[in-house]
Amino acid sequence: MTELRTDQALIAEWIKPGSRVLDLGCGDGTMMAHLQQKCDVWGYGLEIDEENIVKCIASGVNVIQTDLDAGLSEFDEESFDYVIMTQTLQAIRYPDRLLNDMLRIGREGIVTFPNMGHWKCRLQIALKGMMPKSRTLPYEWYNTPNIHMCTLKDFESLCRKVNIEILQCTTVDYAHRSNLGMRLFPNLLGEIAIYRFRRYQAN
Amino acid sequence: MSRTIPSDSVGLVNPQALHFERSLRLESGSELSNFDLVYETYGKLNKNCSNAVLVCHALSGDHHVAGYHNMEDKKPGWWDNCIGPGKPVDTNRFFVVCPNNLGGCSGSTGPLTTNPATGKPYGPDFPIVTVCDWVKSQSLLADALGINCWAAVIGGSLGGMQSLQWAIDYPDRIKNAFVIAAAPKLSTQNIAFNEVARQAIRSDPHFNNGYYYENDSKPSLGLMLARMLGHITYLSDDMLDEKFGRELSDGKIKFGYDVEFQVESYLRYQGRSFVDRFDANSYMLITKVLDYFDPARSTNGNLAAAFAPANARFYVISFSSDWRFAPIRSREIVRALLDADKDVSYIKVHSIQGHDSFLMPIPRYHEVLRTAFNRIAGETAP
Repeated sequence: MTELRTDQALIAEWIKPGSRVLDLGCGDGTMMAHLQQKCDVWGYGLEIDEENIVKCIASGVNVIQTDLDAGLSEFDEESFDYVIMTQTLQAIRYPDRLLNDMLRIGREGIVTFPNMGHWKCRLQIALKGMMPKSRTLPYEWYNTPNIHMCTLKDFESLCRKVNIEILQCTTVDYAHRSNLGMRLFPNLLGEIAIYRFRRYQAN
Repeated sequence: MSRTIPSDSVGLVNPQALHFERSLRLESGSELSNFDLVYETYGKLNKNCSNAVLVCHALSGDHHVAGYHNMEDKKPGWWDNCIGPGKPVDTNRFFVVCPNNLGGCSGSTGPLTTNPATGKPYGPDFPIVTVCDWVKSQSLLADALGINCWAAVIGGSLGGMQSLQWAIDYPDRIKNAFVIAAAPKLSTQNIAFNEVARQAIRSDPHFNNGYYYENDSKPSLGLMLARMLGHITYLSDDMLDEKFGRELSDGKIKFGYDVEFQVESYLRYQGRSFVDRFDANSYMLITKVLDYFDPARSTNGNLAAAFAPANARFYVISFSSDWRFAPIRSREIVRALLDADKDVSYIKVHSIQGHDSFLMPIPRYHEVLRTAFNRIAGETAP
């Protein structure tokens, strides 16, 4: 089994064993396979790429070829405990709609995305005057699939606007778990943001 | 010896036949007092009988799935590119079984069989069978072969429908269901095409209401027309265009009604060669099997409820250029399986060959099958 990325490993710790999970943009199925084997999780991965779909089948992950931009109308309300989307939110045409859809079909959502507010990104724009490139963002502006980049602050502001309550948040970098710096200044020092959230519960 | 057999072929094969001296109650209420099933097998059944794969054939298929009947055969079985040693369904690892379905015309009991009541072939009096009846008869074949549970049931088109029905009717006797280029039921347009095909046969002056076996001629023209129509729906517009374009057989327009465009001679050839190997009454019957297929009929149209008893893992595969059973129809199956919380994977394979894609060695398609069957082989190892 391929090793989990740091953001995936953290998610695996956040998820309650025995849950029903839907993984949007599940890639080669590494995380779903891990969740199934280690956390007694059951569910489906949605993926658009045929090569990845074959890899999911090889690792015994239920995978449904799906274009996330077409929406998730095939899934019923509250049919999953968690709807997860790692490193995909920034490539979605209407991220705000998809977040809402995630919380329609799942009790909780978990997303991870590259943080555009990371100091290296800020420096590249500020000093070079060019679109940032990094380990997490290796593309040129004209060929990037990442059409909706955001910072932690941007994401949290959207959540407030669309009535989403953030339950848990952390940042990591590509190789490491969180450190003190990231905890103090997540929007400046965190490379990858991880959020767990649900619909705001009005009491 | 006119040819050598490729090393990845199952080689020379012999059809076998089993007589079932027991009655089979059909969904229509009719009954067959006894029946025969002709089938072929490839590979070896393992010690604990856990590596058996059932292949279900489609409208015009039969039990001859792979290999050759004799050295003079021009073509191997209809799914030879997928089934054999080292092929996606690897006969080194799996024991593959494919019967000719009841009502067919390749040896199993059907319209050509002598009706015990009259001493003459059943013809149009052969009772209407359904996918449920087929699956039931296949389960009796499984019993006879000592197979308690299929590692997989696989089929394309009407074959995929049998696979679905297996998962519903015998949830504990099927581990994996491959549902390829299928639909949960026929669309109105599908039924309309079938009706035109049937009318083509019925209006042939030699059809004689189906009682043509004793006559000198059979409804060849009608059956040929039916097949030509069917064939158009099996291919895509792009495929026809790529294969034939508007090419003229003689290079110039002749301003007449003879064959001019190459697609015309192709269709006539397809129609004519079909007539030699297929029976019009069987064709009529099997188009009805298609029309009637609707597993959700017993659950008030709720397909997810129909799938409720199933335990199998489902693999649903569609093809981008298939307009007879378009990807959206496979998606209906997937949606119902999701609603019913079943293990399912779905892929729409890019292809240009239309509905017939399921018979083609499209690399991605075969890779999916190979990968899935690899996994199944791991799970079924004795």
